[in-house]
Amino acid sequence: MKYFIKKLITLIMTLFLVSVAAFLAFQIIPGDVVTSILGTEATPEREEQLREELGLNKPPVVRYFNWAGGVLRGDPGRSYRYSKNMNEMMPVAELIGDKLPVTLWLAAVALVLIILVSVPLGVLWARSASRSGRAAHFLDAALGVVTQTTMAIPSFFLGILVTYLFGILFKLFTPGGYISYQENFAGFLGYLLFPALSIALPKIAMTARFLRNSMLTELKSDYVRTAYSKGCTRRRVMYGHVLRNALMPVVTFLGMIIAEIVAGSIVIEQVFGLPGIGRLLISSINTRDFPVVEILILYITFVVIFVYFLVDILYRVIDPRISEK
Amino acid sequence: MKKTNGGKWNKYLVAGLLMTGLAVLLGIVGFFWTPYSTTAMSASEKFVGPSLYHLFGTDNFGRDIFSRVMQGLSTTIVIGSLVVLFSASIGILLGALTGYFGGILDEIVMRITDAVNGFPSILLALVLISILGNGKQNVILALGIVFVPSYVRIVRSEFIRLRDADYIKRARLMGVSRMRILFVHILPNIFSVFWVSVMIGFNNAILAESGMSYLGIGVQPPDASLGKMLSDAQGYLQTAPWYALAPGLTIVWVVLGFSLFSEGIRRSQYG
Repeated sequence: MKYFIKKLITLIMTLFLVSVAAFLAFQIIPGDVVTSILGTEATPEREEQLREELGLNKPPVVRYFNWAGGVLRGDPGRSYRYSKNMNEMMPVAELIGDKLPVTLWLAAVALVLIILVSVPLGVLWARSASRSGRAAHFLDAALGVVTQTTMAIPSFFLGILVTYLFGILFKLFTPGGYISYQENFAGFLGYLLFPALSIALPKIAMTARFLRNSMLTELKSDYVRTAYSKGCTRRRVMYGHVLRNALMPVVTFLGMIIAEIVAGSIVIEQVFGLPGIGRLLISSINTRDFPVVEILILYITFVVIFVYFLVDILYRVIDPRISEK
Repeated sequence: MKKTNGGKWNKYLVAGLLMTGLAVLLGIVGFFWTPYSTTAMSASEKFVGPSLYHLFGTDNFGRDIFSRVMQGLSTTIVIGSLVVLFSASIGILLGALTGYFGGILDEIVMRITDAVNGFPSILLALVLISILGNGKQNVILALGIVFVPSYVRIVRSEFIRLRDADYIKRARLMGVSRMRILFVHILPNIFSVFWVSVMIGFNNAILAESGMSYLGIGVQPPDASLGKMLSDAQGYLQTAPWYALAPGLTIVWVVLGFSLFSEGIRRSQYG
């Protein structure tokens, strides 16, 4: 419990520091925001008015607290580029609102795929690596080559390959035929399956490799010999003892790659034309729409930090040895 | 070339060397000469499939894809090398100072390193690019900064391991200057470990660069880039799949070659 509170305080401190860093980073950018919105030919009165509206005439510390307060209330400012109608600037919250679920679902489906495929694959691989015999040896080597190659494929190219293979050759889905989740949720998940697969494949290769090595290490432990000498079957030793212990570092590993899954979805959204926050981020960077970039970076960082926090806690729950140290 | 324990040639090292060698050779040649002009368009030769005249076929403007891949490869290799050079030299400097001296600087640098390491590199690079603006130099700078922490960590731990070694203690007793101990006595001894991380870093730099160029915020035309070619080719996947396959498989080739190469070096050192 004490540990939990300590972790929670660190979490809040980190979030605060990150928000300050994100705010400062976008303050030092050269160029005047007002000029970039209104153009060079606006009257000084109009410029002053806009500066007032955006709160740019206040000192930086006040602006930080206004902004941070807005973030907490769910109103993190206005976009510089998108407008709601002729005279009103688009609130960032509204811009992000319906895009966030797309990215989150994409990452979630990818994570589920990774867990569902990599655990059986890793077990199979470890079994073939620990056995003698031609077939087992061949399977071990073949899986090594396949995973090594998969890890060398950049995610966007993998996305293109998946589009070509499943979309154009096998016609399992229509490339670019995104179905929105408000319209048809099942169809939405069905379309997400292929982008999620593109994110998941290299991670599946990594996780399976990691689990294999973890299991092979565990197989050399003393308790394995003890279990055998007590008359346990091979199956029972593998699944009841070795796998349970070998999965623990895998949980940490999965937690660590969640950040990469989120980053991977930013790129993959571009490949498959998904209207998630990744595409918004890229277009906002290109149009220098900083309030939007700032918030998206902040959101993504929060998710990443929060996941690390959860993994830390979860790890203590599944492995009590750590808290004893 | 080193031999492994059993006296057999190290398969990884050979395969990696061959793949990397071919890619680097094509890249270097592509810097000076390409079989066809990379910008010459030809309306009559649009989407010609791969043949002996056009090894990888032609694109939507009738340009020779093989020539463009060669040029893209040279851009990628140049950027990758500069990124590694930049981040590895800063990494060595910071890692050496923090590892050897410790103290408050060590504490600060390690906290920042931890924060950056836990974060996906492409995302950080995107933040930096949105602040710096895009273009070739800024891509190098952004990726260079992003990859510094990974080197700091390795160099630091090696310096900590060696700072209390007997020969270093003796050198200190003999009154050898600190700078000389750091960079003449310790540094050469960490290179075997350092090389592997340089190779991994090179791969990560290539992947990040092509990813950013694919997203349109990395290398800008007229500079050729494999990532940009891929995003151009994506729209023609149905009519001309070779257009996307050529730059894509080239990236895979380079990355795979380098990871086999580094694995080979690792195995030849540790058996």
